[in-house]
Amino acid sequence: MNIIETKGLTKYYGRSKGIENVDLTVQEGDFFGFIGPNGAGKSTTIRLLLGLITKTLGRAEVFGKDIEKYKTEILSDVGYLPAESSFYSGMKVKQMLDFCAKMRKMDCSAQASELCKRFELDMNKRIDQLSLGNRKKVGIVCALQHDPRLYILDEPTSGLDPLMQRMFYEILQEKNEKGATVFLSSHILSEVSRYCKNAAVIRNGSILVSDSIEKLGHTGVKRVTLRGVKEQLSIDNAKDMKYENDTLNFLYGGEAKELLSKLNSVSFEDINITDPELDEIFMHYYAKEEN
Amino acid sequence: MILYLHELKRNKLSLIIWASVISFMLAVCVLIYPEMSGQMNEMSEMFADMGSFSAAFGMDELNFGEFIGYFGIECGNTLGLGGALFAAVTGISALAKEQKDKTAEILLTLPVSRSKIITSKLLSVFTQVLILNLCICVVTLLTILIIGEEIDLGVFFLLMLSYFLMELEISAITFGISAFISKGGIAIGLGITFAFYFMNILSNLTEETEFLKYITPYGYTDSALIINDKVLDITALAVGGLFFAVGIILSYLKYTKKDIK
Repeated sequence: MNIIETKGLTKYYGRSKGIENVDLTVQEGDFFGFIGPNGAGKSTTIRLLLGLITKTLGRAEVFGKDIEKYKTEILSDVGYLPAESSFYSGMKVKQMLDFCAKMRKMDCSAQASELCKRFELDMNKRIDQLSLGNRKKVGIVCALQHDPRLYILDEPTSGLDPLMQRMFYEILQEKNEKGATVFLSSHILSEVSRYCKNAAVIRNGSILVSDSIEKLGHTGVKRVTLRGVKEQLSIDNAKDMKYENDTLNFLYGGEAKELLSKLNSVSFEDINITDPELDEIFMHYYAKEEN
Repeated sequence: MILYLHELKRNKLSLIIWASVISFMLAVCVLIYPEMSGQMNEMSEMFADMGSFSAAFGMDELNFGEFIGYFGIECGNTLGLGGALFAAVTGISALAKEQKDKTAEILLTLPVSRSKIITSKLLSVFTQVLILNLCICVVTLLTILIIGEEIDLGVFFLLMLSYFLMELEISAITFGISAFISKGGIAIGLGITFAFYFMNILSNLTEETEFLKYITPYGYTDSALIINDKVLDITALAVGGLFFAVGIILSYLKYTKKDIK
């Protein structure tokens, strides 16, 4: 079953484009990464999925239901973490968590206590007095405490220290193993490649590619390293070329024969051709779009 | 209900401060009456000779020599302006503050329809205005008891009712505006209140500007009419009811479809 499905989803803010013709499919039980640089349209897509903004064109469904028609019903089974966590001033952590639970007509106190314990979050502290990272943790507990079917997380780890980031992903993986679907936006490519099963890349409001992390890694692009090169070379279809200490490093996206033919006329001591890291591949998608 | 109580709790401190300040000022006005009462007949004559100035504040038709006349004017200035400012600030902040403080993202992604959120917030604003007026009423009556002045309770409660209705109208209008703005808008709320207040002053000055009393909610808080005739101006009240309804309807129409950026 498709947990999230959008077709031709478009949002314009007046004359300026938010997103255009976004087609996105997220299956039940997926751990889906939504990747793109700042201002690419990640948050706009998420806001449309949550009914915070209304679409200009297209269709957006969550749990197979139209988000604008069945918003309240859909939101009862969604845990949302905004990119910036803001809370009501003067409230204690416990009061905020209790407020969110009561608005859902649920008692989440046991789950909230356990999550706070794992995140080392003092429930009796006033949110105003918490650091940015701890405020983020409050947002995370708010999104997780009611055990929803779908987690929509916008830049979830910004502000968290590495230990807490790991803890956060451990908890998400536990939820995912129990059948929950995770949809997270990020511009930190390493975390997406490490934890997600599928991903989509968005840039300038349009989806560039959407596939499994495994398939996204096979782009035909290779990372080439030549050692003992005495001069900077000019190679067709080479990107990200760096020459330092007699070592030439570049991403090659052309035919292998052409590269070998070119290298025949070049003097070098050693060559290494590997698949690039996923980070590099995503950078390659960004660059491709720019070109 | 949860959101309604949450809103009341959030605004508790603001309500306590406004209620205390306005009650204190009204109490002081009442408490100094016995000392001033000896000079009131002279003051009434003086105000009667001041022409348009007295008319602007409705002082030409009230007898300062009587406590209720004095109270009508003082009540008009203190509760009329203070209560209206509270209503405006509370109304204009109700919806816009969520966006300004970025709490809208949390509130509007909880499984509650926007219509229910608007209703809870609106009822909370009205409840706060009611509590403010009840506090003021109790404190004022106690102070009147302390100084030992006799007062026509019917007229007193009619005066208080007129101010309560005026505050409800202002809170509904500013609540409606709150749905359209994304920042606090306190300045807009205060501006609207002062504009209504000065419209009322202008409406008392000449026949050409008299129509303004049907636009401003201060039009049906005319102390002279309430004290002398023991009635509220029904036409002004009906127009006020219309503004009240428009404010509320607009808030639902706009906020249920508003983009939360």
